[in-house]
Amino acid sequence: MNKVKVKQSAVKAFKSIWNSSLLLLSIIMLIALFNSFIPKSFYSKIFTGNPLIDSIIGAVVGSVLAGNPITSYIIGGELLKQGISLIAIIAFIVAWVTVGLIQFPAESIILGKNFALIRNLTSFVFAIIVALLSVSIWMIL
Amino acid sequence: MKFVSELKEKISFTKAFFITMLLIYLLIAFFNFNKFIKIANFFSSIIFKILPVLVLIFILMFLVNYFVSPKLILKHFNKAGGLVGWIIMVLGGVLSSGPIYMWYPLLADLKKKGVKQGFIATFLYNRAIKVPLMPLFLIYFDFKMLLVLTFVMIVFSIIQGLIINYLEDEKVL
Repeated sequence: MNKVKVKQSAVKAFKSIWNSSLLLLSIIMLIALFNSFIPKSFYSKIFTGNPLIDSIIGAVVGSVLAGNPITSYIIGGELLKQGISLIAIIAFIVAWVTVGLIQFPAESIILGKNFALIRNLTSFVFAIIVALLSVSIWMIL
Repeated sequence: MKFVSELKEKISFTKAFFITMLLIYLLIAFFNFNKFIKIANFFSSIIFKILPVLVLIFILMFLVNYFVSPKLILKHFNKAGGLVGWIIMVLGGVLSSGPIYMWYPLLADLKKKGVKQGFIATFLYNRAIKVPLMPLFLIYFDFKMLLVLTFVMIVFSIIQGLIINYLEDEKVL
């Protein structure tokens, strides 16, 4: 094994986790606050129980927010415990990782504006379809 | 006013968010200690749940960083085409690590070399599938969901690639 490469790979992996640790910690603190102060009935007012509407809401929220996927899994997982539908959670997670509003300017410059626009738009629509399809298959299997 | 603008520059969003959370926790501890204990218990339960998994994530990230590089993917993609090209882009996206801007030069290079943009879109979509983070996903969701979601996302990454290739052929891109 190449010692330099081992060190570089380890540092890169550590930095990747370390850089998102403060945000992760803050998000977990926020989740704990929400868990204590917001009753479960509140979520049922936002999420209607309609699979299509819930998945659209999930995809919109996931598209606006950004960051390490670790954070999206924790937010999604904890919201699932609060009774939010699985479809909304999956749409949220998929949109979080596939739609890149923050990277959009850089992506437009390097890969082209039309490319970035179409890629992000289709990713948003696909987040909804992927969520509906995945949960349906998951329930059938 | 100058002080405020300087302060804004110095404190990043993440730090400001963290400090705000700390202050809220301090206020709760001061005014309602029982509530604070309840919140702190919930907070620590999540932390203890994810800490061991973070170690596993580190190991998996290290392995991916060690064995996969933009050069390696480019080398294999240049040799391939057609179906193998799609497979390489799917695998490349899944195995790629690090921030996206690190991969932009590779993708821009592929574009310059005449690679159809649908392949690039497929690569980017598959970056959403993170093998090192799968253990964390499994804390909240089951293995069946992991498999189904991964499979459906791979299928849709190729559909997205095909749509973008079609639009490129039609000169929309």
